[in-house]
Amino acid sequence: MLRLESLTKRYRTGDLALSAVSLEIPAGQVVGLIGPSGAGKSTLIRCVNRLVEPTSGRIWLGDLEVTRLGRGGLRRARRRMGMIFQEYALVERLTVMENLLSGRLGYVSFWRSLARRFPPDDIRNAFRLLDRVGLMEHADKRADALSGGQRQRVGIARALAQDPDILLVDEPTASLDPKTSRQIMRLLREVCAEQGLAAIVNIHDVVLAQQFMIRIVGLRAGVVVYDGPPDGLTPEVLTEIYGEEDWTGTGEQTDVDRSAPPGLPDTDELVGAL
Amino acid sequence: MRVGDVNGEPSIVEDASRFAAVIYPSHWRRPPLIADVRLRWAISLGVVLYLVVGIGAVEVNWGRLSEGWERGLRFLGGFAQPDFVSRWDDIREGLLESLTMTLTATVVGVMISIPVGIGAARNIATSPVYLACRALIALSRSLQEIIVAILFVAMVGFGPLAGFLTLAFATIGFLAKLLAEDIEDIDAAQVEAIRATGAGWWQVLDYGIRSQVTPRLIGLSLYRLDINFRESAVIGIVGAGGVGATLNTALDRYEYDSAAAILILIIAIVLVTEYVSGWVRARVQ
Amino acid sequence: MAIRQTPEGPIWRKRTGLASVALWCGWLALVLLFVVAWEAMTRNQIWAFVWDAPEQAADLIDRMVPPRWSYMDQLWAPLWDTINIATLGTLMAILLAVPVAFMAARNTTPSVLFVRPVAIFIIVASRSVNALIWALLLVAILGPGLLAGIIAIALRSIGFIGKLLYEAIEEIDPRQVEAVRATGAGPAQVLDFGIVPQIMPAFAGITLFRWDINIRESTVLGLVGAGGIGLQLKASVDGLAWPQVTLIFIVILATVILSEWVSARVRAALT
Repeated sequence: MLRLESLTKRYRTGDLALSAVSLEIPAGQVVGLIGPSGAGKSTLIRCVNRLVEPTSGRIWLGDLEVTRLGRGGLRRARRRMGMIFQEYALVERLTVMENLLSGRLGYVSFWRSLARRFPPDDIRNAFRLLDRVGLMEHADKRADALSGGQRQRVGIARALAQDPDILLVDEPTASLDPKTSRQIMRLLREVCAEQGLAAIVNIHDVVLAQQFMIRIVGLRAGVVVYDGPPDGLTPEVLTEIYGEEDWTGTGEQTDVDRSAPPGLPDTDELVGAL
Repeated sequence: MRVGDVNGEPSIVEDASRFAAVIYPSHWRRPPLIADVRLRWAISLGVVLYLVVGIGAVEVNWGRLSEGWERGLRFLGGFAQPDFVSRWDDIREGLLESLTMTLTATVVGVMISIPVGIGAARNIATSPVYLACRALIALSRSLQEIIVAILFVAMVGFGPLAGFLTLAFATIGFLAKLLAEDIEDIDAAQVEAIRATGAGWWQVLDYGIRSQVTPRLIGLSLYRLDINFRESAVIGIVGAGGVGATLNTALDRYEYDSAAAILILIIAIVLVTEYVSGWVRARVQ
Repeated sequence: MAIRQTPEGPIWRKRTGLASVALWCGWLALVLLFVVAWEAMTRNQIWAFVWDAPEQAADLIDRMVPPRWSYMDQLWAPLWDTINIATLGTLMAILLAVPVAFMAARNTTPSVLFVRPVAIFIIVASRSVNALIWALLLVAILGPGLLAGIIAIALRSIGFIGKLLYEAIEEIDPRQVEAVRATGAGPAQVLDFGIVPQIMPAFAGITLFRWDINIRESTVLGLVGAGGIGLQLKASVDGLAWPQVTLIFIVILATVILSEWVSARVRAALT
């Protein structure tokens, strides 16, 4: 589905954010990307849809080489990659519905979007997604009238409105309280499962990552230092990623949570239901 | 296992299959800015009507305009070749008047503004003083420079003194108001602390308030110096001295190259004062 | 801050010796400059005019009151013209200032090296020249009338609106723009969905504020022949018809206060 080949990013300041990262993510797989601040997690995600231009390396989305696309091609490729942001990044002064419909911008002409006359199918689908994230009655509210958790749900719905193949998720829970964080993570897992979406999820919270991800990639100073199942995150591995610290508590909690393995719903069954 | 059920906790949505059954609306309009339909139409209609009537009221004399076109080009030509030389004595005189009245008016204006500003601050002035100072500020602010200039010219005659009085008067309205607002916004805790040491009214003013407002006062004075120069270029039109009179004369005589030279000098001086006062303000604050 | 050693023991001073000397020199220079400027300014002053200024003022007030109320009949049309000059001038300025602002803002300009300096120059040139001077030029070029007034107001307002608007554009939240870009939107769509909604409140506030200032300025444009109530003012002053001047001042004052109130109300309603 998504393949990164020795992706490297060096900023103009000279900082090496990513150093020859190679990664392959099959369709429908949800990958958690962990690592300390400044490890290059955000840069990696932004390189995939080229909000940040990679310095070298290649990115393949299926058979499409994203790194070689021109402007128009890149815009078409971005439609296939839904992005979800840390601070929601909703357009605060637009209504919830407009934010959702902005996910369709890559599909409609400028004049249509200017007049806010989106195709009926887009609107129907937007309402369906709004209902799916439980915000049906908030369609006409302005985005800045919503709570943090609600805004992030709009953010998810906007990404889904793009009808993407993969979700790029940047610290979806960093601005949320623990309970809302869990709800958002669960919602993300559910929608990925329902639609068979792959996802890369940057996440700060190791416990949350272990609970909701089936594969974890650990990044340190722009280099992949771990790639494997959540229960492989031993104290030694965490030390490798984050540096020296007493990790025993984290490990135990993982064991408790892992005793009931995250219910990964049967994808085919769900797609059928939709 | 129930759909969407992760780790045995209830999902936000119980059953995903129900989404297949619901039929969602395929039409959506952004809620309008004005909810009332009739009011919305009335306002739109009013705006259109105003534009039609308003633009219709502008009489355009096309013959005069084509003549003006030629003059406009000559004026632009004047900018390409400004004539600083033939009227240099007048220009120098006008600029000197503008600069001197800007400086003196700002200094005097600031000196009057300080007591007026203190008197207009609600947190330190008594009620009658407050009202008197506020009335003076309101008067100065609501009268435009050019109108004040007309009155002063009628009183003290033509020349830069009328301009000086005008600018000093205008400075009071601007500076005293902002100073008063600054004093009203100061950190009450600091004033409290000084008062707690047993300081008198003047000592409180010196230690508790002066220290807090001085940097901004200097910044605002420099900013006003800027504004006063721009205004000094204008009030000459009604006879209050300065480069505005020179410009007016040059245009009356259709000497576009001299007029262009004056404009270029005005813009240059404005830029220099703006830059210098910005630089000083950045260092003081 | 400094401690100075003296035979009687250390003395505390707020500033060091050098700093206080520099400060004194600064003040001294300002005083000298003031004296020199004052001398230069009043060189040709005939002081006799100044000494009888109080009498002149008393005489003037005597002639100005009571205002000639019946003159009001002739003021309605110029007043309407004044409002038109301000409003149409503001509208014209908006049309011209918005593209200039987008060209001047670092985050939306097509080219920081070539386009931005031009836009900044337009803004600076427009701002340094007062509306009355613009009117003076335009009357000389276009002849007297409303059109000169409208264009003068517009030319002065481009700089004001352009400057404040481009500062507002530079302050927008870049994450919201990034999010719209990430959906695959084109540049025009990013503008429409990501940038415009963020600057709308600032835009409305700035233009209403400028409209209010423009009403104030357009009342005096007539002094140089650019239409509006200022024409009547000039005619009355030149004809020494002081009771009419008083009435015009009252009308101008009322208009200015009313427009300030309207603009403040609308701005409050919009935010």
